[in-house]
Amino acid sequence: MPAPVITATALTKKYKDFAAVDGIDFEVAPGESFGLLGPNGAGKSTTMRMVGAVSTRTSGDLQILGLDPDQHGPAIRSQLGVVPQSDNLDTELRVRDNLIVYGRYFGLPRSQVATRANELLEFAQLTDRAKGKIDDLSGGMKRRLTIARALINEPRILLLDEPTTGLDPQARHILWDRLFRLKEQGTTLVLTTHYMDEAEQLCDRLVVVDKGRIMAEGAPAALIREYSSREVLEVRFGSERNATVASELAGIGDRLEVLPDRILIYAASGEEALVEVTRRGLEPVTSLVRRSSLEDVFLRLTGRSLVE
Amino acid sequence: MTDTAAILESSRQSRRWGAWYVTEHRIRGMRAYRGTLIATAIGTPVLYLFAFGVGLATLITDNVSPVPGVSYLEFVAPALLATAAVLIAMEEYTFGVLLGLKWNPIYVGMNAAPLSPRQIANGVMGFIGIRMFIVVSVYFLVMLVFGATTSGWAVLSIVAGMLGGFAFAAVAAYATTVEEERGQFAILHRTVILPLTLFSGTLFPLTQLPIALQWIGWISPLWHASELGRQFVYGPSEPLWLSVVHVLYLLALGALGWELFVRNLAKRLNK
Repeated sequence: MPAPVITATALTKKYKDFAAVDGIDFEVAPGESFGLLGPNGAGKSTTMRMVGAVSTRTSGDLQILGLDPDQHGPAIRSQLGVVPQSDNLDTELRVRDNLIVYGRYFGLPRSQVATRANELLEFAQLTDRAKGKIDDLSGGMKRRLTIARALINEPRILLLDEPTTGLDPQARHILWDRLFRLKEQGTTLVLTTHYMDEAEQLCDRLVVVDKGRIMAEGAPAALIREYSSREVLEVRFGSERNATVASELAGIGDRLEVLPDRILIYAASGEEALVEVTRRGLEPVTSLVRRSSLEDVFLRLTGRSLVE
Repeated sequence: MTDTAAILESSRQSRRWGAWYVTEHRIRGMRAYRGTLIATAIGTPVLYLFAFGVGLATLITDNVSPVPGVSYLEFVAPALLATAAVLIAMEEYTFGVLLGLKWNPIYVGMNAAPLSPRQIANGVMGFIGIRMFIVVSVYFLVMLVFGATTSGWAVLSIVAGMLGGFAFAAVAAYATTVEEERGQFAILHRTVILPLTLFSGTLFPLTQLPIALQWIGWISPLWHASELGRQFVYGPSEPLWLSVVHVLYLLALGALGWELFVRNLAKRLNK
């Protein structure tokens, strides 16, 4: 097996007494697409900044491409592409110029940067916007440009912090398509997200993070198998009745989860569970059968939902 | 070459030229509003030199300098030039720095690339130096047009003005510590910078102030920069040792502020 490109051991970041990242261990293999899934404030962005060699760790060990970021920050960063949570494109520069100046930071010659900028505008589907203003771009376009900018140095590792947060569904799908292409080309992707569908689409393997700690680790499908049933039946009895009805549902499926607005029944077959619910004379206002997702894994592990 | 060696090698250019890449970026950004910049660079000296050197000068007939025969225009011009440099620098130290950290956070992007906080700070200071140079050079040319100097040494008043601007670098260090701008910069401009432009021996000799207030001038970089500029424009009007003190004082303040800026920026960027 090839040497990992990222190795974190007991990685910790404290702000005064508060541990934002509380001793986490993980490895990322070259070419892998690795995700950190967790709610806001779980410590994902802090972890990303440490991996991005711009935030000094409090304790533990961290190796990026075999180098310690405390000693070789700039050298490590020369091999990374970083897509931060909030866009930091220069609004005083035109679209293409944003790529040019960024390429220069890596010491690339002007001619090479110019060629690369054109290729990346093509990749980001922004060629016709090359001379446009940043403020005139939509949220999805800005995101794509930020990703293009992160690729200007042909990075070995691409770090994406919440890449599609705040985008509409169509823009998200375009972005996922672009990221999927990078993945196919063998770029190592490390991304944080609090969207389970994003994690399922893009990650070969992920860690579920909560309160600065890793709760579980594995491939999305394996995590779902391990921590959830194949299907989930969601039933609603109205917010008043949900809690009282719950006791009458006992024994249906493997497990029940009572949320304020609905009850989740975990079962191998959702349809069969629904038949049993109606047989017991309970009439849900609405019912829905779906496949288990990472959301259910998270709920099982922490007792809370991802998006609050 | 091992992989590690290749990685270290790949960042060599950035480690050497990083600060220049930052300056280059800012110069590109400046193109967006070059019209405004050119208009202010030319308009300001024309207006000020005309108002003070030509207008107010008609009321001032007494000697303003220990050197006989120095006109009020000659007296006031080097100080106005230094003031222009300081005001440009102040704008960049305050709004420019917070812009790069918060409103249009390009420094954060630079730091995610191989550039270090020191390189970013140096590049920003380099850009401020270039901006000051352009502005005071235009100022100097307008001075020549107005006949505010006849000395060949007068061109060095450009350097004196820039030293005055750099001497306020500690303001940039302060700006890196500002999380929310709620008028602090305006207060700084109104309560510190504006009074300094009036009480630093700029429009009248420092000796005209009551002795109890003259200390303002002695600590004010603007007084040192103005007096230094005057030595080049029509001097010498003071002993040589005092001119040396001006240079050393401005350099020391500038170096101290610059280093503080580097350190504070590193702290702010490393979260």
